Amino acid sequence: MNALFKLDEVGKIKLGKKAWQEQLQKKPAGLRSGKETFTTVSGKEIEPLYTPVDINDFDYTDKLGFPGQYPFTRGVQASMYRGKPWTMRMFAGLGSAEETNERFHYLVSQGQTGLSTAFDMPTLMGYDTDDPKASGECGKCGVAIDTLKDMEILFDGLPVDKLTASMTINPPAPVLWAMYIATAEKRGIPREKLGGTIQNDMLKEFIAQKTFMCPPEASMRLIVDTIEFGTLEVPRWNTISISGYHIREAGSTAVQELAFTLADGIAYVQAAIERGLDVDAFAPRLSFFFNAHVDFFEEIAKYRAARRMWADIMKNRFKAKSERSLWLRFHTQTAGCSLTAQQPFNNVVRTTVEALAAVLGGTQSLHTNSFDEVLAIPTEEAATIALRTQQILAEETGVANTIDPLGGSYFVESLTDQMERAACEYINKIDDKGGMLKAIERNYPQMEIADAAYSFQRDFDEQKKIMVGVNKYVIDEEIPVDIYQTDEALEDRQLARTNEVKNNRDQKRVKQCLERLGEACTGKDNVMPCLIEAASAYATLQEMCDVFRKVFGIYRDPGTF
Amino acid sequence: MARKIRILVAKPGLDGHDRGARIIARAFRDAGFEVIYTGLHQTPEQIVSAAIQEDVDLIGLSSLAAAHLYLFQKVIDLLKSQGADDIMLVGGGIIPEKDVDKLKAMGVREIFPPGSSLEAIVDWVHKNVKPR
Repeated sequence: MNALFKLDEVGKIKLGKKAWQEQLQKKPAGLRSGKETFTTVSGKEIEPLYTPVDINDFDYTDKLGFPGQYPFTRGVQASMYRGKPWTMRMFAGLGSAEETNERFHYLVSQGQTGLSTAFDMPTLMGYDTDDPKASGECGKCGVAIDTLKDMEILFDGLPVDKLTASMTINPPAPVLWAMYIATAEKRGIPREKLGGTIQNDMLKEFIAQKTFMCPPEASMRLIVDTIEFGTLEVPRWNTISISGYHIREAGSTAVQELAFTLADGIAYVQAAIERGLDVDAFAPRLSFFFNAHVDFFEEIAKYRAARRMWADIMKNRFKAKSERSLWLRFHTQTAGCSLTAQQPFNNVVRTTVEALAAVLGGTQSLHTNSFDEVLAIPTEEAATIALRTQQILAEETGVANTIDPLGGSYFVESLTDQMERAACEYINKIDDKGGMLKAIERNYPQMEIADAAYSFQRDFDEQKKIMVGVNKYVIDEEIPVDIYQTDEALEDRQLARTNEVKNNRDQKRVKQCLERLGEACTGKDNVMPCLIEAASAYATLQEMCDVFRKVFGIYRDPGTF
Repeated sequence: MARKIRILVAKPGLDGHDRGARIIARAFRDAGFEVIYTGLHQTPEQIVSAAIQEDVDLIGLSSLAAAHLYLFQKVIDLLKSQGADDIMLVGGGIIPEKDVDKLKAMGVREIFPPGSSLEAIVDWVHKNVKPR
């Protein structure tokens, strides 16, 4: 039989639990749990005790199976971390390409196993440093990339054929990816050897992170172009990282993060199939990105539910045949919004707990936040502690020795089931609205998240939700912390470099490349080959994005609250 | 009947982190103020022009992408040059302690760092802002 527990046990356990509860009621009031309800950080009510009754109809083979087997609840790979430890991938981007390159080299020398790039706001929005809208923002929360020249410096001396590189870039993702491919090919590394990820998930930008350029439909077209191009020409590249991280940071619950992320995934798969791609050709290169918030068990349940749900969606909704198409592979970042500016060293502890949840939840790759990330770009010292946190988890604690060690826990299994049910309800609602694109146009996920964020803030104000050092155990004294300083002269240096590149390139070739890009955008040709050509000719990021804006139009924030 | 306090909540620059701005906009509305939220990606020019057109008493700027010194100064300069510097200005978001004094010296009346309670912010408005 499959059930975890014999049926005749269930009656006994129910009786036993009743007796236990009665016994508890006889205790003096102070020792009872009282009337207070206990909830997860997302507001989900939690029982004082879980027993086999809470997972009564549990079928081991159906619900869990084995690692590397459908429905992948216990992990996508058969050997998990014994076969391959998770990739330690610290998100880094500071000021200039030179400085960020130096940080990359440092992190690799300290044992980091993958690269992850943070870009500054103008780059993320598709503007060059010399655009008036970019004034004052150059290099402030990431690296400024205007042309291929910057990209060449950024990855200088790094073995891009061996290390995978992740780029957190969304509206101009095709452009930055084109620059990366052009940089590698100039160094003699063919595109089929390149491994890495572009975030490239615009739906969650409209929903949560709010860096956008073109309207949703056009954004989807560009994303499908990248999926198609990657499938044909850059087979080791993850063409999208379908991201719940930012949904959660915007204040969603864990269930909303899970549901909206998978609903976004459904929309991308649907769009790629509509383009004529075979689901098994592209689905193995889809990747995911989740938050690791501070509620330990809720997060673990979320990752486990995510894997099971995605496997079901791919198998039954999209009829994928290849096993790899069913894999939900994901990167995790600890929760920026759980960090506190007050008593910032406490953030090391929060990050450790969050990272542990990600590891026990079976993540493929992890960024641990630096304790000073709530104050500014991390200093080298803070980033090192964050990397060491992962290394301690991986190599000292033994937590990665056993696969899915919490599998079978009454609590975790029950929570995983509940998470799945609640997320499925959301996905059904989104299906009823005609899919995620339509739901976004109706402001549905945006307002659901705004409600959750407001409700958390109210609970925080009323001390129903505690943040240590902020609304409890507050001290007046300020804790001195060294903060990273952006070099104020950086903007001028960047302007000078971009100018020099613009003055010394073959202007005629740039013009032709941009014209061809415009034709591809207006017609149906894939934009990627044109972008790689334009990037190689040192067309700037904004020149290419301006073509997108001209053809597709600009999306404006509706400004609802 | 006394006119309600009118507040413009705005996100200057390219920063898309609007969780705080939208929460505070709701809190102001729930507190009985009239709230205008500009939406994202506003230039200082757009913000000042909206503040003047909407005849607000207070502008709340939210910044989480480290460009506050530059962008807040621009808003202040524009308010002055357009004779609207009687509109009070406050800010919130990821603003390092060392920048708070600089911002106050520029003319920002108050900075609400991460962890500020909604109640405290609303109270501050009641105490410090009078309908013009």
